[in-house]
Amino acid sequence: MTSTGVSASDSLPGPDGSKPEGDNASTGRLGDRIFGGTATFAGLSVIAIVVLIGAFLVVQALPALTSNNANFLTSRDWQTSDPMRFGVLELLWTTVSTSLVALIIAVPFSVAIALFLTQYAPAWLARPAAALVDLLAAVPSIVYGLWGSIIVAPKIVPLQNFLQDYLGWLPIFKPVAGISNGATIFFVGIVLAIMILPIITALSREVFAQTPAAHKDAATALGATKWEMIRTAVLPFGKPGVISAAMLGLGRALGETIAVLYIISTLPGGTAWTWSLFNGGSTFASKIAADAAELTPGKSTGAYIAAGLVLFVLTFIVNAIARVIIERRKAFTE
Amino acid sequence: MSTEVSAAERPLRGSGRELRGRSESASRKLRNTLATIVMWGAFLVALIPLIWIMWTVLSKGFSTMLDIVWWQKDQSGVGAAGFDKMIRGARHAIVGTLLMSIATSIIAVPLAVFTAIYLVEYGRGKLARAISFMVDILSGVPSIVAALFIYAVWVTTFGWRLMPVACSLALALLMIPVVTRSTEEMLKLVPNELRDASYALGVPKWKTIVKVVLPTSFSGILTGVLLGFARVAGETAPLLLLANYTPFLQQNLFSGNGMAALPTLINANVQFMSADKISADRVWGAACTLILIVLAINLLGRLVGRFTKVKN
Repeated sequence: MTSTGVSASDSLPGPDGSKPEGDNASTGRLGDRIFGGTATFAGLSVIAIVVLIGAFLVVQALPALTSNNANFLTSRDWQTSDPMRFGVLELLWTTVSTSLVALIIAVPFSVAIALFLTQYAPAWLARPAAALVDLLAAVPSIVYGLWGSIIVAPKIVPLQNFLQDYLGWLPIFKPVAGISNGATIFFVGIVLAIMILPIITALSREVFAQTPAAHKDAATALGATKWEMIRTAVLPFGKPGVISAAMLGLGRALGETIAVLYIISTLPGGTAWTWSLFNGGSTFASKIAADAAELTPGKSTGAYIAAGLVLFVLTFIVNAIARVIIERRKAFTE
Repeated sequence: MSTEVSAAERPLRGSGRELRGRSESASRKLRNTLATIVMWGAFLVALIPLIWIMWTVLSKGFSTMLDIVWWQKDQSGVGAAGFDKMIRGARHAIVGTLLMSIATSIIAVPLAVFTAIYLVEYGRGKLARAISFMVDILSGVPSIVAALFIYAVWVTTFGWRLMPVACSLALALLMIPVVTRSTEEMLKLVPNELRDASYALGVPKWKTIVKVVLPTSFSGILTGVLLGFARVAGETAPLLLLANYTPFLQQNLFSGNGMAALPTLINANVQFMSADKISADRVWGAACTLILIVLAINLLGRLVGRFTKVKN
């Protein structure tokens, strides 16, 4: 069991390899009907919650969206008092770019760690080592924010300078004036990578551990070295699981709030657009949290709710893709 | 003719093949060794942030925690940053964090356990798949969106004033999928023989679940609840929107005066910490207290899981 809050539990078969049965045991007595009804109601309420989240966000965002004087999807302005002019382009860019940086760093590391835990670590080390990686998921995000912004950010500056000096000709590594001390998209991505690492590792570990022994033995019997065995048997088997784990990690990174808020330096309105990862900015979540104290029931709040709606849709899509991939894999392996 | 040629070439070709074979196997070995180093290296690198974070928080915050005042007093009478020379206590924040997390559990656990019971014991076909899908979606909903949703319902739609219990509602949305998934896993591990034995004795289904299935998987469910508790106790985003920070000890979940929590105690002081040592001490003290509470509950959950009657 992991503390990451996500699992591949759906791929767990029942005790005898099938889904637990017992439908026909229901006797239709009053107690059974009440208990079964309660369970069904609880299940339905989960559906209701997700639907209500979407519905409430849409309904409350509409008044603000209709009186918006800028294009919601392509504007970079954020003015929520009349005349309202707000758009999510910059929030979208910062959210997606930080999360992608996190994913690019976290996935190779997670796969290597998961392989280490399932294939390389000696038996006595595998369990405590996995528990240590899981502990990373238990650290509250506000602690990541403090640690990142105060302790690590100044130390990341040499690395950023190095990238700017040698790869500065790439638009994403262009130096940006005025953003000091590592309060950049790039560094936020690194911290997010550490935060999503345990989730991706835990799920990858689960699928790697499920590789059929016959596949591994076959590779070894053909003379494959351990690495070749992993490349030909374990990795192909685990690939859909890893992709799905990466999507779940991406979902987490997209929605991370307080760590991003503490680390990244916000940009004043009207700053010139740049593709550089060494720029500051705000993500959907950090923007909402930064202005949380100023939220008042009224039309201006609708702008933030609209931003939250975009974030909700984004994470919904990413998580749904992860789920579909896992389902397909289940159908394939069964 | 052709045999002659091939015979003449055979030794050469053979040795060439052997040579190539040897170098191939050497490069294969090298790659294998490299892969081993990379795997070990990745694991060791992943430990760096864990150790670094723990070291930072403990070295900067643990001494604050050792003062008994930290546990006894709240922040009442706190002065402007830079002028107030006393750290004062975090009792209000510790109590607030625990109270809100307990309220969250009271809301989330019954719903989550019943949902898991539905998915494992009752659910078949499209509805069960839809519910299972929605549990996954809910587990991916960012905490700030959950908070925004509760804000949109509680404040904007109904016009109620903010209370700590609203924050617990938002946190419950985050806890439900965690507990549902872990409970589901545990229920699936209960052997069908136990259920069949109960049915054979004429015990109705609901009583079989209550008296046989749930007790068998109880410690596993408890593990899930504790891990979920640890997760919500460390959440910050919903607190920022829904639970106004107050420097006073406040134990009423239905009060409009707000309620402190460790993350919001940090947040209230963090802007002053670069200039004011006392604020910095408060921040690191609260961070240290928070991380130790969360890790303690997390480890307790794992320990309970060790004593589970059903084994994975």
